Amino acid sequence: MRAVLLVFLLLGAFVADAQKYKSVSSKVHFFSEAPMENIEAVNSQSQSVFDAESGQIVFSIPVDQFQFDKKLMQEHFNENYMETEDYPTATFKAQLQDWKGLSSSQTATAKGGLDVHGITQNREIEGKISKTNDKVMVDAKFVIELKDHKIKIPKAVFYNIAEKIEVTVHFEYEPIK
Amino acid sequence: MKKIVLALALFSAVSAYGQDDLMSMLDTKQESKEVTSTFKASRLVSGQTVRTLDKNTLDFVINHRFGAINSGVEEFWGLDDAQIRLGLEYGVTDDLMVGIGRSSYEKTVDGYLKYKILSQQTSGVPVTVTGFASMAIKTDKDAFADPDYDYSFSQKTSYAYQLLVARKFNSKLSLQLMPTLIHRNLVVTANDSNDVVALGVGGRYKFTPRVSFNVEYYPQFNNTDDYTDALSLGVDIETGGHVFQLHVSNSRAMIEKGFVAETTGEWGEGDLFFGFNISRSFALGKKKKDW
Repeated sequence: MRAVLLVFLLLGAFVADAQKYKSVSSKVHFFSEAPMENIEAVNSQSQSVFDAESGQIVFSIPVDQFQFDKKLMQEHFNENYMETEDYPTATFKAQLQDWKGLSSSQTATAKGGLDVHGITQNREIEGKISKTNDKVMVDAKFVIELKDHKIKIPKAVFYNIAEKIEVTVHFEYEPIK
Repeated sequence: MKKIVLALALFSAVSAYGQDDLMSMLDTKQESKEVTSTFKASRLVSGQTVRTLDKNTLDFVINHRFGAINSGVEEFWGLDDAQIRLGLEYGVTDDLMVGIGRSSYEKTVDGYLKYKILSQQTSGVPVTVTGFASMAIKTDKDAFADPDYDYSFSQKTSYAYQLLVARKFNSKLSLQLMPTLIHRNLVVTANDSNDVVALGVGGRYKFTPRVSFNVEYYPQFNNTDDYTDALSLGVDIETGGHVFQLHVSNSRAMIEKGFVAETTGEWGEGDLFFGFNISRSFALGKKKKDW
């Protein structure tokens, strides 16, 4: 009985009007140093929702919306590497570790499943969370290894992609009313 | 103890649910997007695809056709003999491209325009439609009935018009219809028709992200029995910047007038020609970086 009560209490904590934030602007940028030319692209169509009460945070990135300098490279990225018709979105569903609520500026580690190219990897990604007035900002930089997500690199390509790509994310949030 | 475990289990269930709950707060409304990469190259085998080059992209295209496979060991099954076409293509805008080429087949110079009229969308527009118009001038005196006669410019000229309609059904399968009109100002014999109409059909199936199998068939409606319909089978291999296309066809020409209206080879007789296309893309123009 006590356990059931506990469960209800815990449930109650989630139901209670926890302040949730939703992204209003975002920038996901990746960079990969390659022998022929560096490969980079930016995506401004990503979304995120952040629960400041529970410290849960989720991200959704439409992979086919990465904009490249060279359109042909963009096509190869979608067609050959990320297979975006089969795996259109990348997601990260995480829980911030030792979360004690928002402060004006803090670093936090998000632990959760990062789904890229249909393969989910458990990751701990450190980021910076800052709050000014009503606005919350999240910044993080991390590395994705292509082999972790079964992204194949062919041997006979003319611009070899590095095995590791560096991802920089910047999200700005406003409270959900 | 058991109860605490249960509570913890429930708690973790709630926690997981919480994240999915947050996920469901994201806007999932998908806007209709342009369907890209219907074909890897601007050619299916010998003929065009709906694909146009991106703006400021220059493509250098080398087409190569060997002699007939049934020509025997003396000709090394056709490999001794080759016809070639060198071409340049350029994307004026994302939808309009221009091209020029020179074929050793009848020493022909050709130029063309290709314009994407309609792009397939993820919802709404079901097909991509591209118009193609080309003009070719044959300059080989031996390709005319009387090699000693001084033929006029217009007598050397022929035209090809195509409406290319393609649909990418999924990431692997794309099919294309190619209604085609060939007009030759001067034909070789009185029996030959100046206008030849054909309804081409073709498609590709991608085995891996970089390799596809292609088919192209151009049945004609009104040509004489001297000519056969071109049927070509090919493989595209894409290596990032390059596309290699290897194929076997009963046609040897590399421009529309030749392979649509003047094919003489027969699959059943083994009049087959091995060939390849190689294209190399160069991105020209100023790089724009708006981030």
